[in-house]
Amino acid sequence: MFFNFKFAAQRRRRAACNALADLKVGERAIVRDLQLEHPVAEHLMNLGFVPGLEVTVERSGPGGDPRVYRVEGTEVAIRRELSRHIHVSLVGASAFGD
Amino acid sequence: MTCHPVARPEDETLATAYRTVAVVGPPNSGKTTLYNRLTGLRQKVANFPGVTVEHHIGYARAADGDEVALIDLPGIYSLVPKSEDERVAVDVLQGNMPGIQRPDAVIVVLNSNNLNTHLVLAARVIALGLPTLVLLNMADELQKQNGAVDVLSLARQLGTPVALVSAITGQGLEAVRNFLSSASSAPEPLELPVVGSTRSVREWAVRVGENANYRRPATPVWTKRLDNIFLHRTWGPLIFAVVVVAVFQMIFAAGQPLQNLLQTYLDVAGTWVGRLLPEGLFRSLVINGVWKGTGSVLVFLPQILLLFLVIGILEDSGYLARAAVIADRTMSRVGLNGKSFIPLLSAYACAVPAIMATRTIESKRDRIATILIAPFMTCSARLPVYTMVIAAFLPGRPLLGPFLNTRAAAMLGLYVLGFLMAVLTARLLKSTILRSKDAPFILEMPPYRWPRLSSLVLRLLDRGKAFLYRAGTVIMLVSLLLWAATNFPMHNGQPPAIQDSVVASVGHAIEPVIRPLGFDWKIGVGLVTSLAAREVIIATLGTLNGIDAESRSFDLQMALRHELTLPGAVALLVFFAFAMQCMSTLAVVRRETNGWKWPAAQFTYMTVVAYVSALMAYRITEHLIR
Repeated sequence: MFFNFKFAAQRRRRAACNALADLKVGERAIVRDLQLEHPVAEHLMNLGFVPGLEVTVERSGPGGDPRVYRVEGTEVAIRRELSRHIHVSLVGASAFGD
Repeated sequence: MTCHPVARPEDETLATAYRTVAVVGPPNSGKTTLYNRLTGLRQKVANFPGVTVEHHIGYARAADGDEVALIDLPGIYSLVPKSEDERVAVDVLQGNMPGIQRPDAVIVVLNSNNLNTHLVLAARVIALGLPTLVLLNMADELQKQNGAVDVLSLARQLGTPVALVSAITGQGLEAVRNFLSSASSAPEPLELPVVGSTRSVREWAVRVGENANYRRPATPVWTKRLDNIFLHRTWGPLIFAVVVVAVFQMIFAAGQPLQNLLQTYLDVAGTWVGRLLPEGLFRSLVINGVWKGTGSVLVFLPQILLLFLVIGILEDSGYLARAAVIADRTMSRVGLNGKSFIPLLSAYACAVPAIMATRTIESKRDRIATILIAPFMTCSARLPVYTMVIAAFLPGRPLLGPFLNTRAAAMLGLYVLGFLMAVLTARLLKSTILRSKDAPFILEMPPYRWPRLSSLVLRLLDRGKAFLYRAGTVIMLVSLLLWAATNFPMHNGQPPAIQDSVVASVGHAIEPVIRPLGFDWKIGVGLVTSLAAREVIIATLGTLNGIDAESRSFDLQMALRHELTLPGAVALLVFFAFAMQCMSTLAVVRRETNGWKWPAAQFTYMTVVAYVSALMAYRITEHLIR
């Protein structure tokens, strides 16, 4: 249950393709791939996590997990155990203050 | 029940007009509000056979004055039958649900703030080939937040009528009434990519939205501002704690006295009615059977209604989703999610409303798991038993200065014991039969809205009725059975003394089983009668020892000491902490899970756990005091 959050995030920062979990609050990215079992992936897609769409890290829950993401008009809270399997590519270098 | 109580003037109309129309829509589309607006109080809850999914059937008036039956289906995102909700929706829409005729038409309710996502469902429903009306709900929010959509273009692309409506303001609802009386033919199937994957349907939806010049409204500023506070690193948990304490306070400080007051009134009324009846078996049946049974159903109502009022406000305002996010981290440690928190908390007052409150948990497995562990929380009915037994066996000595004495410590220990068993059971369930690969914590965060009184009132009526009709009958039945067991066999037309009754025989029959716990047949009788409510065991033991329980609690303590040794008393406490000594809870579990499977499993599990733990407690205490 305990991941080395920071280290993993820093190491993967530069990579073209990140896990959604590694983005910072305020960053935007395009959904690439959902490496999740079918029903879970299907549910996320029904909520708008469809490859090609833009997702924003809206805010973090008080403990850092789950976090709230925004896809189009929907805000969805997802745990890290899921968001680390959602592969995305960052939009722009930094998108603070959008 | 007839589906069309209003007679129709001509046979021709009968052939073409709709009689049954299904209403589908994703969660958070305002479907329920719209449904309530259309049907008002003319609706009732029902369960589909064999599934836990619940639906409403109500009647709406069409533009031509006819009444049309509206079936409210569960909130779903798609028609790929993977969850129970979706399977039910598909079965009903295809006419495969036993007991429900295939609807003549469908109304799809979408959230116009979120059109691209929700059009996916519309596409799949339209493809079923039934006459369909697509409603873009929450038009008021769309317009206020500067969004726009070309309804005509959308209608052309979908091949169905489309209307922009607001369930809250009532805007555009005449479109629904016109549709209900129109009896139009099924839509011309356009090129809807329904056979494709979710992804391709989603891409199609984006194109349709673009063609209809759909402009998504901005997120309400207030939602962002409030989330900055409610999900704040420090303020968030703090406000959460305040809300939790308030809910708890509400149930304990307001619900409990209300319950007691109601009980008192019912007792007084019972005595009053009793005076009017001639003494004898009939009076006993009316007062101690029927009236007591009714009472034991009714006393739950204040707590149920209060809890649902609070939960209704939390849910309709949007805060419940935020509370779930905050509680999720803690709850995930036991394998549950944040949505289980409020139901489990209210189980400390009473498991009955708590179990009814689990319906806010979308994941079926998490909901069942929460239902199964809720009765381990120390409910208020256990308190009189704990107090009495502890007072009889444990001298009250200070333990931590003035803050904690031995009796309070023992009480606290029993709370902790129940909580630990709940956690243990949750872990056990979630790693075995209820492992949920299919539903990890994914929670849509609705914008904040003012809760509406009409929707709160309808919800309270709905829950109150569901409890009275569906759980109440079972509670009533068991009450009558218990009454019969204490009043038979008769001697010379007189009910027997309790030691000669059927309950006593049951007590004697189970004595060999409970003997290892240090319980004799009298305790056995108490265990049986306490099924009505846990605290009844005290009165029963009093009666068996010839003591009036009401006035002489000191003598009752003496009686307990006479009945039990110290190890036996510890065993009794542990047994009550774990056992499912509550028929009302069982009745409600049956009602919420729509069958006897889960309550039976729960009863068995809890009884076994209680027995084994009590046995261990007995042996350990015996060893310690030797």
